Amino acid sequence: MASDMRHLRGQSACVGVATFGTGECPGWSSLEMMGKATLMALDDAGLKIGDIDGVWAATAVHAMPSMSLAEHLGIVPKYSSGSNTGGSSFMAHVIDAAVMLDAGLIDTALIAYGSNQRSWGGFRTVSEPVPFESDYQVRLPINAYALAAARYMHEFAATREHLAEVAVAARAWASHNPEAFTRNLITVQDVLDARMISDPLGKLDICLVTDGAAAIVMKRADQAKDFARPIYLLGAGMAHDHRMISEMPNLTTTCATESSWRAFGMSGLKPKDIDTVQIYDAFTINTILFLEDMGFCEKGEGKDFVSGGHIAPGGGLPVNTNGGGLSCVHPGMYGLYPLIEAVRQTRGDAPGQQIPDVNLSIAHGNGGVLSSQCTTIWGSVDTL
Amino acid sequence: MGPEEQYRAYLADGKFMIQRSVSTGAYVFYPRIFIPGTGETDLEWVEASGEGVVHSTTTNRRSPEKGGTFNVSLIDLAEGPRMLSRVVGMASEDVTIGMQVKARIDEIEGIPAVIWEAS
Repeated sequence: MASDMRHLRGQSACVGVATFGTGECPGWSSLEMMGKATLMALDDAGLKIGDIDGVWAATAVHAMPSMSLAEHLGIVPKYSSGSNTGGSSFMAHVIDAAVMLDAGLIDTALIAYGSNQRSWGGFRTVSEPVPFESDYQVRLPINAYALAAARYMHEFAATREHLAEVAVAARAWASHNPEAFTRNLITVQDVLDARMISDPLGKLDICLVTDGAAAIVMKRADQAKDFARPIYLLGAGMAHDHRMISEMPNLTTTCATESSWRAFGMSGLKPKDIDTVQIYDAFTINTILFLEDMGFCEKGEGKDFVSGGHIAPGGGLPVNTNGGGLSCVHPGMYGLYPLIEAVRQTRGDAPGQQIPDVNLSIAHGNGGVLSSQCTTIWGSVDTL
Repeated sequence: MGPEEQYRAYLADGKFMIQRSVSTGAYVFYPRIFIPGTGETDLEWVEASGEGVVHSTTTNRRSPEKGGTFNVSLIDLAEGPRMLSRVVGMASEDVTIGMQVKARIDEIEGIPAVIWEAS
């Protein structure tokens, strides 16, 4: 049966996670930060460097990060990959790792990220120039997300206030999280009054520029049951339908529709089953689009769904409980952070506000300009 | 010469050309050696009508010392494909989604490019 991953449901688990240098990490190289996060994640799992035999890494500034990391760690992996689909890379790496663990090709998978971009002076990338669009000196990724936001507002009579609700909720979660880089509460008016960057997106509609490193360790389920706090991969799916914003088939519907459909299909779950939602929110419009596209509300209803504190602390659905890329951390590529927040919430040891009785969390990654979408669903042992 | 270089050569010659499949009539932009998704290779170059509609628009608020604010828009060509470009000749903030626009060829920092203005 093609394109069916149901046999992989619950067959692998995340057994260790760590974040390091979240916010500012002056004096450290990106590779050193990645190495430190790896040691911490191994320690969290109760494993050693020598146990790792599969390595995945992606950054905005390394062309061969898995080789650099493996060398730094002093290991000879059986397999490694630096596959880069932007901020969704790490969720995609989870799929790779789950398949290779299940196949018995590796026994212990490491997925890592590190960036010192803030301390180095801002966002940098080795990403290739976009043909034709580059002629117009388009500022990416911001202009692209602004074009999607403007179109969304046009099609669904949404306003900047609706977008601002996303930023206000993210900041409210961040205010509870000692790891978050920005923790002072903000209002919708603060978001509207912030300096405009690319209409309709102002400074507070746009993610932070921080340092940060993160790592997770995954094991096969038959091994994971012996670990202290395994969180099982129940569902995963990926899709991408463009690279440049001018090639996006529909500016207001991402192929998170497909990635989440596959992830929910593999897990046998539905959006209403999910306890916490961790979404790659590089811009306020992301949260609205992905909540719609993953089926938490209907297309066009996201603007109301995020309003009135519904996704904020005390609201109906906990979304981006660490504060997200908007208010917690955004070190160039943020994808491992929502993944780790999903695992931590499901383990019950989130550094910020822990949601009670979490058994199921979704971690959704986005890369490029709403281009690559990868959805992962994580569950406690009780959900197997 | 590949399609990208051919497109640029036409632009340098003052022509806005796009590709069309002889067998299916489908238009392609950006230029490629086949129709994406279906793979027809029977592409011919035809002059674009130069008519379009603003699909979405933003004002990129670049600082004055870096050259100042400019418009970035997605234009739906009358032939079907979409392109990223700029709408000029008016305040960027006044460009609206659904606006009818007409193409002309200009230069952006020395590079020939199709840009658009209100029609």
